[in-house]
Amino acid sequence: MAYSDKVLDHYNNPRNVGSLDKSDPNVGTGMVGAPECGDVMKLQLKVNPATGIIEDAKFKTFGCGSAIASSSLATEWIKGRTVDEALQIKNTDIVNELSLPPVKIHCSVLAEDAIKAAIADYKKKQPAAEPQPVAQEA
Amino acid sequence: MKLPIYMDYHATTPMDPRVFEAMAPYFTEWFGNAASRNHAFGWKAEEAVETARKQIAGLIGANPKEIIFTSGATESNNLAIKGVAEMYAEKGNHIITAATEHKAVLDTCKRLEKHGCRVTYLPVKADGLIDLDMLREAITDKTILISIMYANNEIGVLQPIAEIGRIARERGVLFHTDAVQAAGKVPLDVNRDNIDLASVTAHKMYGPKGVGALYVRRKNPRVQLTAQMDGGGHERGMRSGTLNVPGIVGFGAAAAICQREMPEESARIRRLRDKLKDRLLSELDEVYINGSLEHRLPNNLNISFAYVEGESLLMGINDVAVSSGSACTSATLEPSYVLKALGAGDDLAHSSIRFGLGRFNTEEEVDYVAEKVISVVRKLRELSPLYEMVKEGVDLAKVQWSAH
Repeated sequence: MAYSDKVLDHYNNPRNVGSLDKSDPNVGTGMVGAPECGDVMKLQLKVNPATGIIEDAKFKTFGCGSAIASSSLATEWIKGRTVDEALQIKNTDIVNELSLPPVKIHCSVLAEDAIKAAIADYKKKQPAAEPQPVAQEA
Repeated sequence: MKLPIYMDYHATTPMDPRVFEAMAPYFTEWFGNAASRNHAFGWKAEEAVETARKQIAGLIGANPKEIIFTSGATESNNLAIKGVAEMYAEKGNHIITAATEHKAVLDTCKRLEKHGCRVTYLPVKADGLIDLDMLREAITDKTILISIMYANNEIGVLQPIAEIGRIARERGVLFHTDAVQAAGKVPLDVNRDNIDLASVTAHKMYGPKGVGALYVRRKNPRVQLTAQMDGGGHERGMRSGTLNVPGIVGFGAAAAICQREMPEESARIRRLRDKLKDRLLSELDEVYINGSLEHRLPNNLNISFAYVEGESLLMGINDVAVSSGSACTSATLEPSYVLKALGAGDDLAHSSIRFGLGRFNTEEEVDYVAEKVISVVRKLRELSPLYEMVKEGVDLAKVQWSAH
């Protein structure tokens, strides 16, 4: 299978690889996928409590090149957005940006799920005044 | 050293230039139909086919008359299994095979099940080999055929062929083996091993694609087959169709070279394979060899790099041609059924790479491939949340994963 230039670029130079402190109240961690399915994504974001803006994001992914690229792109996109803006990111945006073929659409779905899971985790850590987190999608 | 490097010799092999040279005159100069009995073009073609038949028979310890030419091993497997099932239908309808066989065997058996055959798919042990006691127990008075491959195309393990042949002979059951990966790589002897039918193909032994053969025993016992294609009654009536003379000439030449050079060649390739294995095992942690190392082709290495997904690894070593058992590299999005049959878990199947070495690989190439694989695995592990968790002491088996 031929990979798009953007997938290759993210694979060769993944953005924001690493981990944030899980115990930090301003950090949300999302882990989606399963090893036996062949992909697991961990996406973390750190929200500035004063502005509500995601000021840092990190990922680690076990998966094919398209899964790595999808999560790398997701971290790039959520940085600088508010939590609500980050929730607007759809898997189809990732598909379009990376020109993913149909068999790789699940990689983009996983990346969207990872963003949502990380935000849900972040919201859970916030005082009760915050809206309740949406149920984590399976 | 030229890039990309080919290390996928189980998929196919490059044609040996000596084979190509042997074939060339039979395309343009001696193009005759081997079945033309009344002119020099036909005689020349027939003579060339008979030479090839001898060469191929020589490689597997058979009589040349026992070699039936086909279009390749898929056809040979189909002909052997369907041909026996049809011919011996009055004797019985039970076939025994194994879960790790090639699809050309498994899907043939599945089709026969729709037509009233009963098929036992023997599981394999963790090392990829069948359990001989299970084989013995599976045989009934309705069993007409045991079809067990000589060497596996993914993990390269060599089944206990001599023992299977002995059991089959004792119980009066025919024994077919898909010997595609073994022929030309390890010494085969149909008489020593009591093999009644064997499928082989040219393109896995440095010959051309599109030509294969089925060995069909003529004596003790005389094996009969129902032809699966109607026509001119070529090949002792078992396989009609004008013979692919240049292909057959190439197959013969390839077989002769393999037979002559096997002792030296297999030792050389085994040394290269072991060098690759030793480097990967010594410089990386959590690397697992899939299948028995002891009972294995000298040119195969199937290895799982835990916590690294196979397709992403292939992407990182894109100037090296190998394959993976990862679901992402298959059309069905299912991980390799062969690796799953070993019971090691789907995650190791997703992380597997098959290296198939061969005649034209060099030590320099092996060094390059080892270097590259090690660096890409390290890089991808830096990226792997699983590797991170394991290093933190998390037991991945106890994690509640969100399936998708």
